[in-house]
Amino acid sequence: MQSRHGADKRPWSFYVLAAFFALFVLFLYGPMCAIYLLSFQGPHGGLTFPMHGVSLQWFAALFAQHRTGDFAGSFLRSILLAVLVLGITVVLSVMAGLAFRRRFAGATLVFYLAIASLIMPGLLVGLGIGLMCQLVGLQPAWYTSALGAQLTWTLPFGLLIMFAVLSRFNRFYEEAARDLGASAWQTFAHVVLPILLPGIIAVALFGFTLSYDEFARTLLTVGPSNTLPLEIWAMTTNITSPALYALGTLTTIVSFVVITAALTALAVLQRRRAQRRPHAAVTR
Amino acid sequence: MKLSPRIVPYLQVAPLTAVLLVFLGIPLAVVVAVSFFDYDDFAVRPAFMLRNYLELFGSSLTYTLYLKTLTYAAIVWVLTLTIGFTVAYFLAFHVRTFLWQMALFLLCTVPFWTSNVIRMISWIPFLGLNGIFNQTLIALGLVDKPLEFLLFSDVAVVIAYVHLFTLFMIVPIFNSMARIDRAIIEAAVDAGANAWQVIWEVVLPLSKSGIALGSIFVVTLVMGDFFVVKIMSGGQSASVVLAMSNEIALLQYPPAAASAVVLMVLVILMVAAILRLVDVRKELSG
Repeated sequence: MQSRHGADKRPWSFYVLAAFFALFVLFLYGPMCAIYLLSFQGPHGGLTFPMHGVSLQWFAALFAQHRTGDFAGSFLRSILLAVLVLGITVVLSVMAGLAFRRRFAGATLVFYLAIASLIMPGLLVGLGIGLMCQLVGLQPAWYTSALGAQLTWTLPFGLLIMFAVLSRFNRFYEEAARDLGASAWQTFAHVVLPILLPGIIAVALFGFTLSYDEFARTLLTVGPSNTLPLEIWAMTTNITSPALYALGTLTTIVSFVVITAALTALAVLQRRRAQRRPHAAVTR
Repeated sequence: MKLSPRIVPYLQVAPLTAVLLVFLGIPLAVVVAVSFFDYDDFAVRPAFMLRNYLELFGSSLTYTLYLKTLTYAAIVWVLTLTIGFTVAYFLAFHVRTFLWQMALFLLCTVPFWTSNVIRMISWIPFLGLNGIFNQTLIALGLVDKPLEFLLFSDVAVVIAYVHLFTLFMIVPIFNSMARIDRAIIEAAVDAGANAWQVIWEVVLPLSKSGIALGSIFVVTLVMGDFFVVKIMSGGQSASVVLAMSNEIALLQYPPAAASAVVLMVLVILMVAAILRLVDVRKELSG
């Protein structure tokens, strides 16, 4: 594309589409930036512009427990739960992804089970798990029922990403390793895993962020102690101060740290591979 | 110990299947069972009766709610498809270097990894009576007093849906477009097709599976939503799941379960219809 048209003048449609794209990005980020600014609202400011001075007092209000509920506790629970979900999602999705490379009876059934899990309205899944707990006499808790509820959302994503990654995976690498005398475990640990690593990082990113922000499935399954999105949900109905925006800013910072870490890891991997195989970088 | 290669895939897929069966399969079966249960103000009793369904289908409210929810789904589908297709087309065919393509693609996807609730709330200072949008309109002299229909209305609900869900269209459509062989486009141009004809007759049909996948996401997300409708309509509108969540709050599980079963069947039928039109599985694994 580039070599053939590189020197051409861009068509007028490029500028129209570029403007449309810019507007879309503005639509995507504009309102979010507005609440990040408003979270630094002065002490007498309200929920909208103009800013009445600048302060950190709404962030301070978050940590005064009597005003906003159990913010620190729910934050900690959300992080722990997201890490648990990340670990389980990565291990189970990679295993299942590898299984789908061979034919096995029931493959289609498992595939449609995952699709069903993806399309099912979240509250409905939560209702089912909540009722199941009542029937068995189990008390719902964030580390049991809510964990399971979130996995029904992250596992299908993980599986779909593994499908995409494995469709580009060349099986000759594995066969070559086996021909050279590697055991099944050595083949997996030293050949398959490193090749799949970028995909695994993607699964991990999805696992963490989808869990950390999950709301509909967690609502009826979390039990007595809330996660952060549920705390925010409660705040939307009873808190009408910029403290709500401050919480939004904080939770978004956490998300951005995780996203940046994942993308940095991917970039480092990419660079290392290019260095190790200079000819590969050239031919591409 | 050496495992027979034939049982390896079963062992590999068993944990994921087990989790999905325990936390999706059994719970949905429980919902179906409870939808036939009896209840009163104090307790839920196991039974087999059709009263919950008869009441559900006998109430005109049910049809109003479904009509409302399906209308939202249809409007949001058209908007997200139009925006998503245009953005994906721009990225895939007009951005020339791979690095820029990835950078702009990431710019579109980053919000997906942040909180939906926060992204929805961020429209409140924007659309409110004294919000940024109204202040801008007044400053420009376009209106003399703030527009009231922006926040806590159907408009706000649709804006929030489009804001939250357009990414689900962009990603699969871009993925399909990135795989289109550029030689096909060249051939169409050489054969005398103009830019519109290339989009209509070549790009659109070849992006079909991405469009189908995005549509499945958008339609099911809107059908299953309750929090956007609740907050952004300011209580003036409702959806099927919002009504269901109100019943759950009153501990009226059997009618909520009956409502859930009807919605579940509808969503599965809609997705099955899309999957019949387009083989999405080939897209995912091929």
